Formats: sequence, C-alpha cells, structure tokens
Amino acid sequence: MLCRGSLLHLQTVRPCECDGSHWRQFGDLHKFKISLIYIRAKTMLTGITRLFSRVQKLDLRCFLHVSAQAPQSNPVPAERPRTVSRTSDSDPAKHGEQHEGQYYSIPLQDLKTVFPHGLPPRYMMQVKTFGEACLMVRKPALELLGYLKNTKFTHPAVRYLLYGEKGTGKTLSLCHAVHFCAKHDWLVLHIPDAHLWVKNCRELLQSTYNSERFDQPLEASTWLKNFKTTNKRFLSQIKVQGKYVWNKRESTEKGSPLGEVVEQGITRVRNATDAVGIVLKELRSQSSEGHFRLLVAVDGVNALWGRTTLKREDRTLIAPEELSLVHSLRKMVKNDWHGGAIVLSLSQTGSLFKSRAAYLPHELLGKEGFDALDPFLPILISNYNPKEFESSFQYYLENNWLQHEKAPTEEGRKELKFLSNCNPGQLERLCAAL
Amino acid sequence: MAAPCVSCGRALSRRLSHAVRVSLCQRPGYWTTSATDWRAGPRSQLLKLIHTTVVTSKKNVQASRQESYTEDFIKKQIEDFNIGKRHLANMMGEDPETFTEEDVDRAIAYLFPSGLFEKQARPIMKHPEQIFPKQRAIQWGEDGRPFNFLFYTGKQAYYSLMHEVYAKVLQLEARRGPLSEKTESKDLIGSRWLIKEELEEMLVEKLSDQDYVQFIRLLEKLLTLPYGPAEEELVQRFRKSVTVQSKKQVIEPVQYDERGMAFSTSEGRRKSATAQAMVYEHGSGKIHVNGVDYLLYFPVTQDREQLMFPFHFLDRLEKHDVTCTVSGGGRSAQAGAIRLAMARALCSFITEDEIEWMRQAGLLTTDPRIRERKKPGQEGARRKFTWKKR
Repeated sequence: MLCRGSLLHLQTVRPCECDGSHWRQFGDLHKFKISLIYIRAKTMLTGITRLFSRVQKLDLRCFLHVSAQAPQSNPVPAERPRTVSRTSDSDPAKHGEQHEGQYYSIPLQDLKTVFPHGLPPRYMMQVKTFGEACLMVRKPALELLGYLKNTKFTHPAVRYLLYGEKGTGKTLSLCHAVHFCAKHDWLVLHIPDAHLWVKNCRELLQSTYNSERFDQPLEASTWLKNFKTTNKRFLSQIKVQGKYVWNKRESTEKGSPLGEVVEQGITRVRNATDAVGIVLKELRSQSSEGHFRLLVAVDGVNALWGRTTLKREDRTLIAPEELSLVHSLRKMVKNDWHGGAIVLSLSQTGSLFKSRAAYLPHELLGKEGFDALDPFLPILISNYNPKEFESSFQYYLENNWLQHEKAPTEEGRKELKFLSNCNPGQLERLCAAL
Repeated sequence: MAAPCVSCGRALSRRLSHAVRVSLCQRPGYWTTSATDWRAGPRSQLLKLIHTTVVTSKKNVQASRQESYTEDFIKKQIEDFNIGKRHLANMMGEDPETFTEEDVDRAIAYLFPSGLFEKQARPIMKHPEQIFPKQRAIQWGEDGRPFNFLFYTGKQAYYSLMHEVYAKVLQLEARRGPLSEKTESKDLIGSRWLIKEELEEMLVEKLSDQDYVQFIRLLEKLLTLPYGPAEEELVQRFRKSVTVQSKKQVIEPVQYDERGMAFSTSEGRRKSATAQAMVYEHGSGKIHVNGVDYLLYFPVTQDREQLMFPFHFLDRLEKHDVTCTVSGGGRSAQAGAIRLAMARALCSFITEDEIEWMRQAGLLTTDPRIRERKKPGQEGARRKFTWKKR
C-alpha cells in the first residue's frame, strides 16, 4: 500500500509518519471517476508507441515503494526541483506574494459555516474525496484581498468584478475572498449563483408587497437558511429599524433582532422573498452606520441583467426586473451605501442565451447591466501560469489522484499541460478520468 | 463473317442455309460428317441443322473477334500509332523524335477535353500493346498438332517455365561444390516478386493460387543455391522494384518571417475541412486556431488530443508555436485537418528517419474516408428501410 508522505522521496514538505493511521485514510479514498469515452486512441491510456519509449524504458514501479531512500532507477523526476505546493497558513490575511501558487487548506468546520452553499459542485466532490478543502492562492485573489484589506469604510462600497474565460477560477477566487472576510468578522452576504434565481423555478407567486412582481418562495427560503448558518452571531446583534407586518396575525416590531425576520422567512415560506428583501434593506442601511462591515458577494451577476426562462401563466416571458429577488439584489449591488465592499463575478456557464465564447463584462452583462455596474474594478482571471500548473499537478500527485502509471512522469505532465492548456477547470476534469 | 441472322427456329431458304454452310466449311474440325448428308435431309433435319448453326455461329463470332487481332493487325496498329504520334507532335509544335508518352497524354487531354469523371472513359492514345490484350499465338500447326509438348497440360507456358527453372535448380545442385559465400541478395532488396496477376499477364494464361505459390517457392529455392549471372537474369525477370515510400514525401521549405523566426507552412484536408498551419521552430507550445486559443476553439478533449498527436509522437510538446486557419467540415474533421497540416509542416524541422516513422504512424497520410452517398431504396448509405413482413 502507499504511504502518502513517501512519494516525495527527496524534499518532502511534510514528514512521513508511517503508522497505522495512514492505512485507514487510504481505505476511505473512493475516487469518483467520471468516464470519458474517447473514440480516437487516448495517448496515455491506450499507449500509442511513442518514438522514444522504445529507447528509454523508465521503471516507474519504484514510485510505489514505501522507502525513504531515493529510487536509483528514476533520474528524471529527481532533476526537476520540487515545487512546494502547500503552505501552512490557513488564514487568508497572511497570504502574500510568497504564497503565490500554493495551496492552503480551509478547516472543515469553517467550511460548514462559511460555505454552506458557496462552492461549485465539482469542488465539493473533490473536498469530499480528498477529505480536505485546499484552495490555491493566486495572483488575482491576492490583488482582491489587498483591495479588501485597504477598503475605506466611509467611502461608498467599491465594486470588484471578477471576469475571465470559462474554467479559470472565478468562483473559487470569490470564495477565497469570502473566506477572508468571514475570518475577519465581516457580515457576508453570499449569493452562490444568481442564475439559479432566473431559471428553473417551480413556484412563482405574485408578490404580496408589490403585485406586479413575482415571488420565488423556494429559492428565497433556501438562501435564508444558508444565510442564517453563515451569519448566526450577527442575527441577534442587528436590530430591525422598521415595523413589518406579514399578515393579519404576524408582524415584526421595530427593534427586534434580524434573526426574527429570517425565522419568519424560513417558517412562512410564502413570505420568504419579502423577508429577503427586508434583510437586504436593513443590512444596507445599517452598514452605513458602521456597526459591522458588509461584504456582498454575488456569483453569476450577469443573471441580474440577462433574460429569464420563467413564464407567467399566460406564457409570456418575465423580465428579470419583475422578480422581487432580482429587484432587491440589484439595489444591493448599487454602490450607494458604504461600510463594506461588493465582489461580483461573471459566469457564462449558467447564463441564458449567451454564446459560449463570451467572457468579457460588456458581452455578458449587456448594455443595461454594464451601465448599472458602471464604476467597477475589473479583475481578470486567467489560466494557470507554469508555476501554478506545477503546484496543481503536485497537489494531485500527492493526493494520489492520478493513478495512471505514466501520469507522474515528465511526458505525462507535458501531455496534461497541453491538453488542458493550463486551464484549471479542464485540468480538473482531465485528472478526474486518470 | 457469318452473321447469326437466324432467329430461333424459322425456316430459311435453302440458298441462305447453303451460304451459311459454305462459310462454316472453311473451318477445319467442324462439319466432318454431315457435309454429304445435308441434301438428303428432310425438313426437320434442315431445321435441326439450322438450330445448331445458331449456337455454333455465336461461338464462332466470339472466337473470330479474338482472331481478328492477328499479328499483322497488331503490327499495322503499331505503325498507325507511331505515325499518329508524329502527326500529333507536329500539331503541338514539338519535335516528333523526342515526343514521349507523357507528352502524348497531355496533348490528347488538351485537344479532347473531357468532363467525364471516370478516367478510363476519357479519350486515350496509347501504344497498341497496352490497349489490345496480349494473345497467345496459335498453338497448333495446320495438321492440328500442337507445337509445345506440354500443350495438353492446359497451361503450357507455366509448366514449361517450371521445367526451365527446375532444370536450372538441378544443374546448380549438381554443380555445388564447397559452400561459397553468397552475394547476399543485394539486388533483391528494394524489389519484390511479381504478384499472381502480373505473372498471369506475362504468361497470358490463367493460374491458380497454388501454382503461383509453387512457382515462387521454386524461385526462392533457386536463390538459396550459388547462382551465376545467367540465373540472376532469369530471376530478375520475375522481380519488380519497389520505390521507398518516404522519398515521395514532399518536404516544405523553411521560411523566415520579419523577425527572423524560422517557420514552415503547409496544408491538410480531412473530409471537407481544409487547414493551413504555420509551425514556428522555436516556441512554447501555444496553438492559435483562427485567431482563438485552441482550448476555446476545441472544447472537446478528443480534438485536442488529435492536435497533440504529432508533437507527442516526436517528443516536441512544448517546443513549437503554431498558428493555423481552418474552414469547412465539422469539429472532428477540422481537428484532423489541422493535425495533418501540422505534421507536414513539422517535416521541415526533423530528420528523415523521423519523417519515415511519422509516415508509418499514419501522421502524413490524408485520410481518404469521405461520407458515403445515400442510395435510392435505402434510408441512408447502409441503413435499409424497416422491413415489414406484409
């Protein structure tokens, strides 16, 4: 069996502790391999005779030996300097340029509180498989964190827009920022994917507050639940500043904690959307007073200004403005309040009616959205640079994710690099099949 | 020539039948007995005679068509051909003495342009030996006795050849003294035995597969013995040289752009997609297709693997930059076209051995597969309509 630490036979980051506990960890590793059927021969798996493989036959079995000595018959990996792919600082505040390209792990308790709904599904699967949540520290994220550290809370909230090609890591950079803010006691308003609110909605109710708009009770209540998990301690501290009457029997008095509004929304699903609207309004007005710092993080913000696939009973399309959730969120994203920051990210993957090649802000947001968000700070997120690619490759190797015998070799690395073109999303999908 | 104007069973006038019979009498071997009986025959016998003439006269027609290519006829055709060639050369304004076959073909294609797709249906002017099939000379004399003693085997040319070669073998075996070193078939490299069809064409006789195999075995046995130049000549008659395939590969010249970077361009096709690729000699492994990064242009991993194949094969994954344009076809066809274009362009930067290896791997061959046409009466190219029992 394999001992994790000993794979890095020469320069290990973590010392190898060979005791019985390792065996059990390995027993838990189930790999969810997604099978990809390739019609033409896949070079590594079916092994087209490569020109030089006839000449050089590397003995790769020595990788699997549990030995602390350097294997003699494998000169190739020993020549390449091992990139240190992990760092022990798990506090995003301390991440600086020296940590660029390295993975830091998020403690699992934090994961449950900070990210009940924020992480992309594939990443969640990886976390479940590896048993740890490791996020790579990358330059755009570092830049964003720098800006966030230097926010002036008396100025109106600055909008940061993360954009980039598909699969480059916008959502995870957003999550990095969210983790940082959560660690530093900011109130985090994280909407995981705005696209979920404009499509595939089963129930649409006519809003009680404003009869022209539509309510989405299910989405609103799920979001409220997650919001409660994230920001529990704030809910008792913040007091509501207005009286809200839900129906004939229920109402919330002025001065009661925000938690009550949230509870009301969760229990009375019909009023959930209104509860969301109230929460947003209260937070916006109160953060300007400086009791707490507010972070608004929206993923897939282009959904707010795109089109919907929802229809009324008479089969006419609904515009996004007519959804109350979208309406309130748009007000939130406007920079007319101060005391926090707004971090947004675009997403083409869930977007409706947008071409796959579109990734620039004005393409995805459209004229209306662009004007609404106009003074914003764009942050481009690109593919991995060579160092980051190395680090990612090392990370997968260390976790024994790449089971193919040619995967750890130089050729395997080059192949992966070519096939994924250093795109993080593609690399992850490719490695899932190996 | 006796035309088979007899349609089944109608009674002819005697004069016509007489004419028929007279012409038939010229052929020896037929009509031996009934020559005297015809006058006495009743009408039924006449009818019978007429009936039989129908059958034999048809056979006669076929045989006589063969016979019409007599040696004189062929000689005349050859003379006509040569004169025609000279006329053609004069017409085209070239020198009749140095007018080659390719010039003749070109002249004919110019003078008689044809839009037909089938190349063999277009007008051709070739030497009569290539047009008229080779025929066996008459193998028996006037008295009916065959010339060759092996005539009654049925394949006289084949058996006489076998006899000849075997005689040589016996001779060499008898002559074989102490084992001398063999000039190891230097002449045999780069040549192959004639295939069965070619041998048949040479001998103007049908052969069976076993005959052919026996013959080749006998020749190989001859080669194991110490042979001299006479035997060498005999063997060379049955060998055909094979050109080395890779020498036919066209290597693109290396060009230099304004900045002094070396690159080479070439094209590739697959199904209905065409691609032009420019491969730079020094680079870092970036590929741009129609101005877009290849990761965005080919979201499917299979297509990117196709692009990777030439570089991976030569172990030059991160050493070249490529810029290419592609149009037509679907995603798979475009990937295949770019792969071919890149492989051909790479030929200018690698050694000949590597070119040969690439050719053997199939990287330099245009994939000839094309969409098969739909046939009438079927739903698709192969799929038939649903079969209904009633």
